[in-house]
Formats: sequence, structure tokens, C-alpha cells
Amino acid sequence: MIDVQLQKSLKAATGDLYLDVEFKIRRGELITLYGKSGAGKTSIFRMIAGLLDPDKGRIDVDEFVWLDTEKKINLPPQRRKIGFVFQEYALFPNMTVLENLRFARGKQSDDLFIKDLIDIVDLGDLQNRKPDTLSGGQKQRVALARALVQKPEILMLDEPLSALDYEIRNKLQVYILQVHKEFDLTTILISHDISEIIKMSDYLIELDRGMIIRQGIPAEVLTNHNISGKFQFVGEILTIKRQDFIFIITVLIGKEIIKVVADEDEGKKLSICDKVLIASKAFNPIIHKID
Amino acid sequence: MDWTPLILTFKLAFITTVLLLFISVPVAYWLAYSKSRLKPVMETLVSMPLVLPPTVLGFYMLIAFSPSNAFGGFLDKWLGLRLVFSFEGLILASVIYSLPFMVHPIQSGFSNLSSSLKDAAYVMGKSKTTTLFRILLPNIKPSLLTGIILAFAHTIGEFGVVLMIGGNISGKTKVASIAIYDEVESLNYVAANTYSLILFSITFVILLFVYAVNGGFIKKFWQ
Repeated sequence: MIDVQLQKSLKAATGDLYLDVEFKIRRGELITLYGKSGAGKTSIFRMIAGLLDPDKGRIDVDEFVWLDTEKKINLPPQRRKIGFVFQEYALFPNMTVLENLRFARGKQSDDLFIKDLIDIVDLGDLQNRKPDTLSGGQKQRVALARALVQKPEILMLDEPLSALDYEIRNKLQVYILQVHKEFDLTTILISHDISEIIKMSDYLIELDRGMIIRQGIPAEVLTNHNISGKFQFVGEILTIKRQDFIFIITVLIGKEIIKVVADEDEGKKLSICDKVLIASKAFNPIIHKID
Repeated sequence: MDWTPLILTFKLAFITTVLLLFISVPVAYWLAYSKSRLKPVMETLVSMPLVLPPTVLGFYMLIAFSPSNAFGGFLDKWLGLRLVFSFEGLILASVIYSLPFMVHPIQSGFSNLSSSLKDAAYVMGKSKTTTLFRILLPNIKPSLLTGIILAFAHTIGEFGVVLMIGGNISGKTKVASIAIYDEVESLNYVAANTYSLILFSITFVILLFVYAVNGGFIKKFWQ
């Protein structure tokens, strides 16, 4: 169990912000921090990693205290067992892919483990290349592998996939889920992508201006409802066409375009670009706006 | 033709540059990453030689290191170090005078480096020293090269400070820039021209080398 309590006044782009959060993460869970930019997500990440000092707070990881401002305990980032994947990857430009992984290696891991990791994220052909010559998706795979070399207890991913296109994102989501399970990690993710969140995370914490406004099972939090659908997808509205008494709504789900019928009341609430959840209960599709 | 002034000039420039490299990396590191309130003061002190007439610096050093004054007397008596009218004095003066030329490029190299590189290394359990030598310095090589060359070239071009604190002692403190002045004063234009031409050519080549390397031309040529 990871117990986090943090308070800090921050200077955000949108003005001053007082961050005050408290949450628990169970071992082996994949949780997502979600919220507008400037909500304090990255600051929480940096404080958990020890890269930013809170004004007040506590972080307990199982029986270990990482941070306790009252007792003046504050472990430096070097001593917290964290694998961190930065938004801009932060691969070392002066080292090849393999050297990046080897540099990250602590005393515990050996070359064999690095080889395993390279296989898991399919970097075999790229291991002697410098990061500058890699594509975004390839860099992200290196960053992910590098974060795992030290066999961390907690894996932290700061918007790892936001800069990538749909197909690569999908593939990397699978990689992340795979390593999360395989290495029995506790994973914290920052994400803006609702379908990604629902697909990947066990638990969701939504932040707004430094406060937690909602938390729970992602699908429930994001839809405000407990829909027991036979199937459900998240997508984005492309067009809304009125036809007599009903609306025909075109929705992009992943790469697929589908058409859904909505009645007059529902149709009026929707507009183009809305994120929606499409679910079906025994052959009558439900369309529901996600805010 | 007396080659000693030229040899002395390059000896001075070389020693100054090596010393400056050891001093400037920690100073630049501190200036780039510190949030201390003393930082503006330090920055000002480092940059002073850029704007101050060299004679001012030379004058105060002459006063401070004179054996007839307390500090200079102490150095002379206890350490046997006489810094006025000596080569050691020239080195010290050059180090102070060329400090900003080495510190500034390295400092901006550190500042322009994405801070997440440093963070990434810390999270991997690497110490500040390991991070500095394995990650930060290798990734600011162009800034290091610029600093080294600027400090070297600037020391070759020194005149005022050297004249104030070193005087004009042949074989000890008479560097090329002073020798030129000396030759002109005795109307020996041919010798002055020789020294000048050599200094001109060497500094031109050095600077050309830096711009070519940092501009990637050398790399392109070799590939």
C-alpha cells in the first residue's frame, strides 16, 4: 500500500495554485491521474519521485517512510525505487539505446535482464542506435525499458503516449500493460486520453486546480453512471445529422467510424467533438456524453 | 627574432585554460542550477572582467599582492609566493580576467540542457557527480569547446592586466602582446609586424576551428 499526502503552493501557468491531495494506491494496481493541464498532476509525480519538495506531506510505501515533513524525513530521488518515464522521454543523447539501458542498471540487474527487456519491447535492431535517430514510438519504448532496468517498485509514466499516433499508441498500451503485469509493478499514469484510461487503469483520480474532485473505477467516474453494458467503447463525435425525429450520430472509435441513433432529447445535448461512451445492453445501444 | 615572448604567451594561455576548466565547471554548474539569493552577486563578480578596464583589475592586484602590503607580504613570507612581476602572478591575473569567457558558455550549456536528463539520472539512483560526468558534461561538449577556446584566445590577447601586474621582464612576463608594444615604441616595426602576424594567424585558425566544429562542418567533411 502506498499512502500519499501532499500539500504545496505552486506557481502554475494559470496563476497560483494550492495543491492538497491525499490518496492511497494498492500494490499491483495501475492508477491514472487525470485532469486539465495545470491541475497539478506532474507536480504530484515529481513529489512522489523526490524531484520536488512539498511544503507539507507524507509518503509511505508499505512500511517504509519516503517522506515525512514533520519528522524531516525526505529520501532523495536516488533512494526511492522508482522507474520514471518522462513526457519528453529524457533519453541520454550521448549514449546508444543499449548504453542508456546499461547506465540505468543498478547493482541488481545484469546483462541478461537487459536483453530480456530489449526483447519485450522489440528493440533488438535498434540497440546500437543513438536516441536522436529514433522515432517517437521507438524512443518511448526505450524510455519504458530503461525505467524497468532498475527493477522499480513503482513505475511512473507522465503522459507517455500523448505525442504518438493512434496505432503506435495502441501497441504501446499493450506493452505497458504487459510489463505492468509481468513485473508485478504498481503503476501510476498521467493521461488525458479517456479510451486509454478506461482500457488501462484499475483506478482513476481526477484532479482540478490541485484538488481531487472525483476518484474510483474509471468507467464509472468518467460516465457518472454504472452502466452494465454488454460492450462499451469510447469515441468522439464527428457529425450529428437530424433525420425526422431522431439524430444520426457518427462516432470515431479508434480507427472505426460507426453510426448511432439518438433520440431528440439526447441528440440536442451532444455536439461535434464531444467524447462519448457507446454501450449496448442487449441490442439497444446507449450513447452517453462524457464530461 | 626572439621567440620567447610567443612561447611565453602560449604557455600562459595553456596553463590558464587548464586551470580555468577545473574552476569553471563547478562555478558554471552552481550558477546554472542554484536558487540561492547570492547567485546574482556571484554572476556579477564572474562577469566583471567583461566590462572593467583591465588596468583596474591589474591595479588592485598590484596593490594587493605587493610584498609591502599585508596580504602580499603574507604570501611572500609564508608561502614564498611573489605574485607581482612574476609568471605566477600573470597566471592568477589571467585566470580571473578570462573567467567569464569560460564560465558563460558552460553555464548556458547547462541551462539549455533539458532538466529531465538530470532528473532521469537521479531517479536511476545516480549521484550528482556521476550525473555531471556521465550525462551533463558529455552532452554540452560544444559549450565546453567554446569555453576552452575563448579562454585560450582571450588570454593570448591580454595586454592591460599583464602589463600592470607583470611588467615587461624579458623571459618572465614579457608576452607577445607586450613585446609588440615594446617593439613599436623603439620603432622596430618589422619585429612588431612579425609578432602581430603570428598572433593574428594563430587566433584566426583557432576561432575558425571552433566555428567549424560547432557548426558540424568537420563532421560532414569526415563522413
